[in-house]
Amino acid sequence: MASIGTGYDLSSTTYSPDGRIFQVEYAHKAVENSGTAIALRVKDGVVFAVEKIVVSKMLEPTSNRRIHTVDSHIGMAISGLVADGRQLVNRGRSEATQYRDFYGIPITGKVLAERISNFIQVYTLYGVVRPFGCAVLVGCVDKKGPQLYMVDPSGSCYGYYGCAIGKGTRAAKTELEKLDLANMTAREAVKQAARIIYSVHDDVKDKSFVLELSWVCEETKNLHQFVPDELKAAAEEEAKAAKDREESGGD
Amino acid sequence: MEAGPRSFESMFGSNQVSTKTSFEEDWRTSEHMTGTSIMATVFKDGVVIGADSRTTTGSYIANRTTDKLTQVADNVYCCRSGSAADTQAIADYVRWYLNLHSLETEEQAEVKVAANLFHKICYANKNFLLAGIIVAGVDSVNGGSVYSIPLGGSLIKEPFSIGGSGSSYIYGYCDSHYKEGMTKEEALHFVRNALALAMSRDGSSGGVIRTVVITKDGTERSMVPGDKVPRFYEGQ
Repeated sequence: MASIGTGYDLSSTTYSPDGRIFQVEYAHKAVENSGTAIALRVKDGVVFAVEKIVVSKMLEPTSNRRIHTVDSHIGMAISGLVADGRQLVNRGRSEATQYRDFYGIPITGKVLAERISNFIQVYTLYGVVRPFGCAVLVGCVDKKGPQLYMVDPSGSCYGYYGCAIGKGTRAAKTELEKLDLANMTAREAVKQAARIIYSVHDDVKDKSFVLELSWVCEETKNLHQFVPDELKAAAEEEAKAAKDREESGGD
Repeated sequence: MEAGPRSFESMFGSNQVSTKTSFEEDWRTSEHMTGTSIMATVFKDGVVIGADSRTTTGSYIANRTTDKLTQVADNVYCCRSGSAADTQAIADYVRWYLNLHSLETEEQAEVKVAANLFHKICYANKNFLLAGIIVAGVDSVNGGSVYSIPLGGSLIKEPFSIGGSGSSYIYGYCDSHYKEGMTKEEALHFVRNALALAMSRDGSSGGVIRTVVITKDGTERSMVPGDKVPRFYEGQ
């Protein structure tokens, strides 16, 4: 690790001489060492894909989920410390249901993402708590159409067409930039997302992984759901085939 | 809404010996009430809302030129009936919450949101409030909408709604004369006639007829002075 704080990194309440808060930067490291999560905002919806690295063959594949439904039309994918991420999902659920009760309309993606980012930011202010060690991708379809936001451990919130977090971020972002997301359908995006996860997965460093795929789009009537089995199986098959071609082509 | 039983007893004569004076000056003790006739209706391009202008304390008309049509957002108005203090306080709260909401969403508020806020306040405090409110406005998501929040705090969306003590007298007129997809002139005519009839029958309603037309292009206020209020059968 190139950047070491040496005295300025012991607490979130200390700035370094060059204006950095090292504890928050270390929190980013927790995200960088975790399985990749990507999301694509396309013409008719948003697709999430997560590389869930499994440490044991005894693990039940659908347990320890990394993608959650926050409100009927909003999904959230976590990268980093999953337990921290789950707190954020709970907070997001609270915010969404309370908003719906208070205002009588479903919360929009932008407002929810900003509420979560404000919540995360608070934990970077005090020495008595630690910053959240996770980043989240928030995607939804609301009255303004499909939207995607990423919130990182510092509490910064940005809107994206395509975004990746976790260990394969660099490679995944390169792949995402090649795609024409604005004109893609959600069905096609599911295949692309699966392909990208398979291609950035490092077989050497990590043993096996389970792919989690979810979407919220016209086809699901704007409800956030896990991708149906047949579509998922087809996407995974194509992704494996693409990876094999890539590997054999390189020889 | 006036002081009830006491005045009836003195009017019909009573065998009881009352320890209170028979002329209890109710205007000295009662709170301000908007006895009222209010209504709102959807039309082709938006909504038209209207109200009378009488505020009473007991049987004294405290204000004969009241404005019961209160703005809570650029595109949302409410018609107030019941306790003047209660409805003003509630409208102020809703205006505050709506403003904050608009800032967070960076958009104009939906009428549905305003109506829900009124409903939450009226229901949560139902034991302490006397407020019958009609919320109406125009937004880009739903066009023109009218929501009625009567005494208990229930919320109902309707194509048109009438409220206040004077409304009892015009249910028949409104049910028979409401049309879907009215023009602005037809809607104003409908509202003015209905309110005129209510004002002529209800002692707690009267004065002038105030109307506001709300469309996506803005709001337009209007008033029909007392002598120009439409007149119907008033005896031979």
